[in-house]
Amino acid sequence: MKKTRVAILGSGNIGTDLLIKILRSQYLECSLFIGRHLNSPGMNKAGSLGVRISDLSIEAIEREPDCCQVVFDATSALDHRKHWPVLKKLNKRVIDLTPSGIGEMCVPALNIEHCLDIENVNMITCGGQASIPLASVIGNTQDVEYIEVVSTIASRSAGPATRINLDEYVESTEKGIRKFSGCSNVKAILTLSPAQPPIDMQTTVFAKVTRPDMQALKEEIPKMAGRVQHYVPGYSIIVPPMVESDRLVTMVRVRGLGDYLPKYAGNMDIINCAAIAMAEEYAKAGEGERGGDGR
Amino acid sequence: MKRILIHDVTLRDGNHAISHKMTAVQIAAYAAAADAAGVPVVEVGHGNGLGASSLQVGESAISDELMLKTARMNLPDSKLAIHVIPGFATINKDLKLAIDNGVDVVRVASHCTEADITQRHINYVRDRGKEAYGVLMMSHMASKETLVEESQKMESYGAEGVIIFDSAGTYLPGQVSERVRELVASLNIPVGFHAHNNLGLGIANSMAAAEAGASIIDGSARGFGAGSGNAQIEVLIAVLEKMDYQTGVDFYRMLDAADLAERDLLKEIPRIKSLSIVSGLSGVFSGFIKPVERISREFNVDARDVLFELGRRQVVAGQEDIIIDVVSKLCATKDER
Repeated sequence: MKKTRVAILGSGNIGTDLLIKILRSQYLECSLFIGRHLNSPGMNKAGSLGVRISDLSIEAIEREPDCCQVVFDATSALDHRKHWPVLKKLNKRVIDLTPSGIGEMCVPALNIEHCLDIENVNMITCGGQASIPLASVIGNTQDVEYIEVVSTIASRSAGPATRINLDEYVESTEKGIRKFSGCSNVKAILTLSPAQPPIDMQTTVFAKVTRPDMQALKEEIPKMAGRVQHYVPGYSIIVPPMVESDRLVTMVRVRGLGDYLPKYAGNMDIINCAAIAMAEEYAKAGEGERGGDGR
Repeated sequence: MKRILIHDVTLRDGNHAISHKMTAVQIAAYAAAADAAGVPVVEVGHGNGLGASSLQVGESAISDELMLKTARMNLPDSKLAIHVIPGFATINKDLKLAIDNGVDVVRVASHCTEADITQRHINYVRDRGKEAYGVLMMSHMASKETLVEESQKMESYGAEGVIIFDSAGTYLPGQVSERVRELVASLNIPVGFHAHNNLGLGIANSMAAAEAGASIIDGSARGFGAGSGNAQIEVLIAVLEKMDYQTGVDFYRMLDAADLAERDLLKEIPRIKSLSIVSGLSGVFSGFIKPVERISREFNVDARDVLFELGRRQVVAGQEDIIIDVVSKLCATKDER
C-alpha cells in the first residue's frame, strides 16, 4: 500500500517525537523534516534516522510543494499564524499541534470523522487531549454547572515553546472543554513539576454537578478511556469517577511510549498520538482518490 | 542602619488557613490597619494567588476583583501587591484586570526550577509600569546553584527582586543563610525570603535570611498563613528593630493590626500541630495540610502516612488532586491487608 507523505514543521521535542512515531506508521511516511538550524538535536536525530531534512522553515514546502500531502505544524502558535496562509494556498492538509486556535479543534475519540473534511485541524493541547474526552462524558451524562481540568507534567517534558505558551495553553484547553462538554463555565490549570525522577503526566477532571448520575459515569468513563487507548496506549484511569467534598472527580495518568523523550513525557505522547490518529484517518480515507493519479 | 522591606502576606497566605473564605469586610479592616501601621507592601488574594479559585485548591468566598477593589480602597499609602502563578493566572484574564484595579506590585511565582514560565507575566507587568518581583516556590527542592540560575533568569526578564519561598516550612537557619548568601552575591537585585513555621523556625529563618543579606522579608499577622503559618509579622518587626534593621513600620500600630487580625480574621491562631511538623519534615507544601486532613478523615487513613507519601512523590503546590490518588491507593493497600 502506498503511504501518505507528510512533512513535519518544527524540529523541537514534539516534532522529533512525532517523526519517530511516524516511522512506525503503516499509513504515513515522513518525506521532509523541517527546522531552522541544521545542528539542533532534533535535526541530528532525524538525519541519523535517514529522513530528509531542511533548515528552510516554511520555505522548504513552498519550494517543493509536491513533497507532501499533509503538514504537521509543531512550531509555535505565533509561527503557525504565519504558516497557515502559505499552506492553505498550497492546498495542504494541516494538523496543527500549537495552541494557535486557528483550525477546527480535534479530539480523535470524539470528532475524528467530522475533521476528515477540514483542511486545518488543531490538536488543542496535551491537557486538552487527556481531559476533554472525560469532560465530554460528564457534559453528556450530567447536569453540570462547572468543569475544571488540572494537569501536572514533568518539568523536563516541557520544552521552551510550551513554557512560553502557558497562557495559550490555558485559553486553548478551556475553549476545547467548552466546545466538547457544552459547559460554558470552565477552568484549566497546568502545573510543571520539578520532581526528580520526573513524574508521569496526570490529569484530573473536576466538576460541579447537581445530583451526579454515578451509574452513567461508571459505564461511560471506562468506555471513553478505551476509545482514547486505541491511539494512546499509555492512557489509563487511575481514580475512577467519585464524589469528594461535593466535587465530582476522576483522574487519568498518561505514560508515553518513550520514543524521543522518556516515558514520563505522556503530555507529548498524547498530543502526538492524537495528531497521528488524525493523519492516518486522512490516509485511509484518501486511499481511493490517490489510487487513480498514478502515484 | 540597614533597611528591610516588609511584604505583608496576611490577606493572601492567610486565605490558605481559612480555605480561601476571606470576606471583603475582613480585607477592608486589616488593609486599613496595615496601612495605618505603615506596612510598605500589602498582598491580597486567594492563597495560590490571582485566578486560583478552583475545585483543585479551594474556591474563594469573593471574586478576585472584589478583593482587589476592597484592598485598594483601604490602602491609601501602602502598595497593593498580588501573587500570580502562570498556569493558574493568564495575562488576559487575570493580570490585566488586576493592574486595571490599581495593583502596584506583582509577585510572579513559579516552582523553584521553572522560572522561564514567568517571563511573559513579568514583561507584561513592567510594560504596564508596575513593580515586578520573581518568586521561587518550594525552593528547598533545588540546589543553591539552581536557585541562582533560576533567579538570574527572573532578573533578566525584568524582575526587581527575587523572593525564595520555604513553602513547606522545612528549612533550617543554616540552609537559609547558605542560599540567600549565594543569591545576594550573584544577583544585582534585592533578595527576599518567605518563611513557613512548620518546624518552629519561621522567625529564626527570617533572621538568618536578613543576616545573610536578604532585604525583603515576608510576614503575616499572628503568622496567619498556610500550615502553621508564616513568620509572625509583629514579631518580625520587633526582632528586626532589636537587631538594628529599619523597617519603617510603626510597632504599636503593627501590634494593633495583629490584634485586629486575631479578632476579625483568624479562626484559630496558627500553631504547630502534629501534621504541620510532618509537612515540614516531609517537605510538602503547607497548604496541603487542610485538604490532606479532610480527605484522610473521609477515607479513614492516617493523614501522616498521606503526607509522607506526598513528600516521597515530591508534590508541589497546585498538585492537590494527587491527595485523592494517594489516599485511594492507601485505602486499597489497607483493604488488602
